[in-house]
Amino acid sequence: MGDLAIRVENLSKRYRIGQRERYLALRDVLARAISAPFRVFSSNSKPDGRNPRSDYIWALKDVSFEVKQGEIVGIIGRNGAGKTTLLKILARITRPTSGYAEVRGRVGSLLEVGTGFHPELTGRENIYLSGAVLGMTKREIDRKFDEIVDFAGVAEFIDTPLKYYSAGMQMRLAFAVAAHLEPEILLVDEVLAVGDLEFQKKCLGKMEDVSRGGRTVLFVSHQMNQIRRLCERVIWLDAGQIVREGPTHEVVSAYEAAMTSGEWLRRERPDTPRVKARFLRWEIVEPRNDQPNVLTELGPVTIRFFVQVYEPIRLGHHGIALFSSEGQMMWGTATNDLNVTEGLHEFTYKLTTLPLRPGAYFWRVSLYDEQGLVDVWDCVPELIVATQPMGHPRDEWAGLLNIPYRFTVNGVRSRV
Amino acid sequence: MEVRTFPETSLQTTGQRAAPVLITPPRGWLDLNLRELWEYRELLYFFVWRDIKVRYKQTIIGAGWAIIQPFFTMVVFSLFFGLLAKIPSEGLPYPIFYYSALLPWMYFANALNGATNTMIEHQRVITKVYFPRLILPLAAVLAGLVDFGIAFVILIGMMLFYGVVPTGAVLLLPFFLLLAVATALGAGLWLSALNAIYRDVRYAAPFFVQFWMFASPVAYPSSLIPERWRWLYGLNPMAGVIEGFRWALTGQGSPPNVLLLVSVAAVLVVLLGGIVYFRRMESTIADVV
Repeated sequence: MGDLAIRVENLSKRYRIGQRERYLALRDVLARAISAPFRVFSSNSKPDGRNPRSDYIWALKDVSFEVKQGEIVGIIGRNGAGKTTLLKILARITRPTSGYAEVRGRVGSLLEVGTGFHPELTGRENIYLSGAVLGMTKREIDRKFDEIVDFAGVAEFIDTPLKYYSAGMQMRLAFAVAAHLEPEILLVDEVLAVGDLEFQKKCLGKMEDVSRGGRTVLFVSHQMNQIRRLCERVIWLDAGQIVREGPTHEVVSAYEAAMTSGEWLRRERPDTPRVKARFLRWEIVEPRNDQPNVLTELGPVTIRFFVQVYEPIRLGHHGIALFSSEGQMMWGTATNDLNVTEGLHEFTYKLTTLPLRPGAYFWRVSLYDEQGLVDVWDCVPELIVATQPMGHPRDEWAGLLNIPYRFTVNGVRSRV
Repeated sequence: MEVRTFPETSLQTTGQRAAPVLITPPRGWLDLNLRELWEYRELLYFFVWRDIKVRYKQTIIGAGWAIIQPFFTMVVFSLFFGLLAKIPSEGLPYPIFYYSALLPWMYFANALNGATNTMIEHQRVITKVYFPRLILPLAAVLAGLVDFGIAFVILIGMMLFYGVVPTGAVLLLPFFLLLAVATALGAGLWLSALNAIYRDVRYAAPFFVQFWMFASPVAYPSSLIPERWRWLYGLNPMAGVIEGFRWALTGQGSPPNVLLLVSVAAVLVVLLGGIVYFRRMESTIADVV
């Protein structure tokens, strides 16, 4: 038997519903504020005494698994499946309700980019501060300082307060610090979903190096391409339980198939509060081709989301957003005062065109009712845009859009 | 957080690798684990350093604020409580009488206020990374000492100006300062943990501190309190601290014997209780903050 780095036995974590909502990551809260600006101020946001569903939810329930030293294990699953909770318990940020985990080795957690950054401090000072917060000693930071600055490419601004950095520069600096963390066990949550593509590649490369260095990595992501690239083994979580665990290609294919077919549902548990509605799957209706998540034409596009409604939604609110694989929002819109009866529904969007540069994207769809969030789903599989690039033949990645155009040159006789 | 070393485990030890950390549900009251705190001393240093660096960024007079606050309060107190209300000052010039009390008091009030808000201000870090949370209020309390140091220089100048010569008692000053730190930390631990759960604390704390000031001999000498109630007055640890400060600096008045003993006892109770309560809360703070 190889050396174990992590052993998890019957790990469970219970939250009060209200508690759990506040537990959402900042980006969820922001996404909610963006997609439902008025709902944020309504009943759901502030404790107003009457909590209609003051119930408990098991974010994790009897989860057991082992991770060997030097393994890179991916954790996948829908939003709210318990992935982040699992990482938070292993990182000792929160404690389990029952069960236990044994962790051997120095643990570094990367649950957010820029943990510990302070806008008033300079880049140099922030490297030390963030490094210390993430668990590096001062000596370690001293030793890696130049490498970090170099990796981030911010040498000229190193003594400038962070608040004058562009968002991209802050992100790069934050990543650079994180990438130079050298724990024996690294817990990573989604953070690679940000930053520009070039830098993202650099980070993925760095992470591969880290694993080759014999370090153990637990990696949460919604992006199957990253999971495929980095992980040897994958754990698929849903409703706080392990659905399947095994070699990456097997589990990811099963996961994507389940998401696409829609036949699979979160298994209802007696202690799970009743869900009012749930997004099941999505597909491209027009233009048709054999892969319902691949867009091959620049013309009109019809997209369909299936929603199973268990309890009628009155005066609901539905939001949709399209994100690039870097996490940049490409487009979003929302519908208010939506009334949906019980049963299976399809939400259909007809777009005149979706002129995005080729690549991977994902939809985020949400549904709210008067009480608040009903369901939010980062759609799986991803939307793959595989249209003919219209740009310069040698530079297909220039810009975000892939706009059909014609270019002409005409001589003009009179003065304009 | 419980960190236990396992004598026997399914995890194979290769010799130089660290013992496994066991992550379990919270249990037990007396699991202070102060050794872990020691292991994180470097992070404590960085938090203190950051608090000091950030405090007066983008202010025009910067650290001048550390002087302005106690100095002008002293002026106002000398004018109204002293010259107008004629409150006895144990033979000291009013400016010395008030400034020597305002110095520890303002340190205490600011440190307590800073510590109270740490859990909320560092919410993002707390929910993203593990370290002993106790470091945060501790850093807030320690960072306040810099302001104290700056304001203290003014006191030395004032004492020269008024010709107040300290006696040998001045050697006890560090002890009284330590007592003030312990009081701020003790109360700060309670308030910061409570603040994480009940945001009301945030609004109640300034009131609380204000009342506390009038229950401390800042604006008046403790000799105004009848002798037989003096010990009860000492239950307010800041009473002992402030009286002690005045006495150690100026040699005026008598050493606050009974009062001080009671104060020390009270500090120990508040501080130990605060540590235990905070340590107990620590494991769930990330879920509620």
